[in-house]
Amino acid sequence: MAVTGAILVLFLVGHMVGNLKSFFGADSFNHYAEWLRTVGTPAVPDRVLLTVIEIVLVVAVVLHMWSAVSLARRASQARPVKYAAKRKSQANGYATHTMRYGGVIIVLFVVWHLLDMTFGTVNPKGFDAEPFDRLVAGFDPSRWWVTLFYVVAMVMVGLHLRHGLWSAFQTLGLASGRSYGKLKATAALVSLVLVVGFLSVPVGVMIGVIK
Amino acid sequence: MNLTLKVWRQNGPSDEGRMVTYKVEDVSPDMSFLEMLDVLNERLILEGDDPVAFDHDCREGICGMCGMVINGVAHGEQRATTTCQLHMRHFKDGDEVTIEPWRAAPFPVVKDLVVDRSAFDRIIQAGGFISVPAGSAPDAHSVPVKKEDADAAFDAATCIGCGACVAACPNGSASLFTAAKITHLGLLPQGQPERDSRAKAMVEQMDLEGFGGCTNTGECTAVCPKGIPLDTIARMNADFLKASK
Repeated sequence: MAVTGAILVLFLVGHMVGNLKSFFGADSFNHYAEWLRTVGTPAVPDRVLLTVIEIVLVVAVVLHMWSAVSLARRASQARPVKYAAKRKSQANGYATHTMRYGGVIIVLFVVWHLLDMTFGTVNPKGFDAEPFDRLVAGFDPSRWWVTLFYVVAMVMVGLHLRHGLWSAFQTLGLASGRSYGKLKATAALVSLVLVVGFLSVPVGVMIGVIK
Repeated sequence: MNLTLKVWRQNGPSDEGRMVTYKVEDVSPDMSFLEMLDVLNERLILEGDDPVAFDHDCREGICGMCGMVINGVAHGEQRATTTCQLHMRHFKDGDEVTIEPWRAAPFPVVKDLVVDRSAFDRIIQAGGFISVPAGSAPDAHSVPVKKEDADAAFDAATCIGCGACVAACPNGSASLFTAAKITHLGLLPQGQPERDSRAKAMVEQMDLEGFGGCTNTGECTAVCPKGIPLDTIARMNADFLKASK
């Protein structure tokens, strides 16, 4: 969970920063999208580095989900008889309790997001349009439900990382008594920055800053 | 005060078990939770019923025998307290109190609220010891220990093995218990020779017993009557990763 999660967090940071290019206009964003495909050229052919990253991400996602499913299965085997009284959480960790269903929401979102922005299948402009046009059309105010889904998914990502980030350090044995305060504060800050960064784009399209 | 208890009754390991409702009257606020159960049991015996079986020994909060889930919280909602040190003044007249045994596959119910915690003994047997040369006691201070290490080791060593961490964990994990033992030995010079093999053997035994995996929810340390900190689990993970290389 920790290692694959770390790979995915690094991806999210890069993805969020790249998204912000949309505030600098169509050319900047389209040029960035083009750069992603040609980075490394001419040392390696077009799309090679991008494909490598895509493969790493897919493997990370699959292993992350596999770990989550095996942990959940072990958990249900470890407690075959449930408590009759409602279990009251004593640890005050709201984010912690969203990890499993939040993860499912995030994976559904990723599927939609790829169909929308990468393959253009469910995008009004389709696959052949420029990336920036797909972006603006995708978050058109008439498709408010898409934006709403996006907001819900991003909040889930934020909660996922709120627990996941410090938790990864704990799992890898890198946390110690004195570092919990700092680790949890950093987790909250990084989650917040990512959520705000990701949400700024659809909100920008909605209010017409990005057009 | 008068209480309504909903207690898990199970005649034996193979019985299916059920929740049974009892009224307990004239409970003094000064009674401990176990004394309140004693009152119920005396009445059940007089009525010719089978008393509610529960584990208890020292009733001073240091043996780790008494353990039950009270209203969905291991050892009840009062922090850093064993069931025997929980007093009835924390309840109100007319309260309904649900009492259940620890729920975990590696802790099978023996009878009513009594569970078999031998799984913990087997984890200890797998590596929770140090091999020392027998002989006369060594001189004091012949092996210096840093104050911080001594303190942290002692904090971990206060674990009484009650099993509340397992009962509270949504994953049914025994990580806090195992980590407390690994930390208390691993921080001291006497524990160094077997440090790696200990972490590996104890974690493997923990998994073998059928406990769940740790997802860092922190529920264990929140209910631990001795307040064993979560960083013991980080230390266990570090030792285990080092030993697995």
